[in-house]
Amino acid sequence: MALDVLIVDDSAAIRKILQRVLVQAEVALGSVYEASDGQEALDRLKQARVGLILSDINMPNMDGLEFLGRIRADAAWKDVPVIMITTEGSQNKVMQALQLGANGYVKKPFTADQIKEKLAGIL
Amino acid sequence: MHPTLTSDRVLAVIRAATEDVFQTMLMVPIEPEPSFHEQAASQSFDGVIAFVGLAGPWAGSGRIACSPALACRISGALLSCEFAAVTEEVLDAIGEITNMIVGGIKTALEEELGPMGLSIPTVIFGRNYQTRASGATNWIVAPYRCESESFDVRLCLVPQARVAPHRLETTGSLV
Repeated sequence: MALDVLIVDDSAAIRKILQRVLVQAEVALGSVYEASDGQEALDRLKQARVGLILSDINMPNMDGLEFLGRIRADAAWKDVPVIMITTEGSQNKVMQALQLGANGYVKKPFTADQIKEKLAGIL
Repeated sequence: MHPTLTSDRVLAVIRAATEDVFQTMLMVPIEPEPSFHEQAASQSFDGVIAFVGLAGPWAGSGRIACSPALACRISGALLSCEFAAVTEEVLDAIGEITNMIVGGIKTALEEELGPMGLSIPTVIFGRNYQTRASGATNWIVAPYRCESESFDVRLCLVPQARVAPHRLETTGSLV
């Protein structure tokens, strides 16, 4: 069954790279939705059901941790796997993300293999 | 009392973060050139500059500066394509590369200085312009050679009590 994915990052370059990594990982991709901040991501989720979310943390308008908290508080999205992919590498941020319900955490810069490994553990 | 931070330590962190990004995501070889300190305002510049601000017990800015040709080259390496000119995609890619480098610097320095916040990147492309971050008086500059071009990564960081609010000032023509 095809997997619909939401990629949330304020950098179009990172969204493009992550989409390429998903293809390389041989994920049976359905639709790939993109959002450049947490608020735009919440708006996308009102229109589409996705089975995986990849999200940055540092973004304008609504950051990735607030976005994560919002979706985990919503019954419709509380179980969707979320991997945080971010320059924030401190233990404090990692713990915050995991406590809010992130299923994985990858620090930028990343290799395709690191993303694939996280996907394999979740999907 | 602020923890001490030596320029040698900062330089080592800049080098490690820069080389990590180039090796992991760009796979473009770079050669370090001798580092130096630069006081206050920089000279007029042609090309692409990206800034990311740092805030917390210590505050300042991290910056990467390169020629348009090198901006196209390293953006192309990031995105596995070629750019003939500086486009929105190139500026976005340079902003993200700067974000990753300064993010790596922040993570390393937080062990000694405590938690810091990271701004989103600001990217400037133009000719004959100057940039200035108020309160930033001593930049530690790590230059590199990349193929036939050169670029530098620099950082200014001071204890919060001494830093004025950061304001980016530019003069010159922006394209």
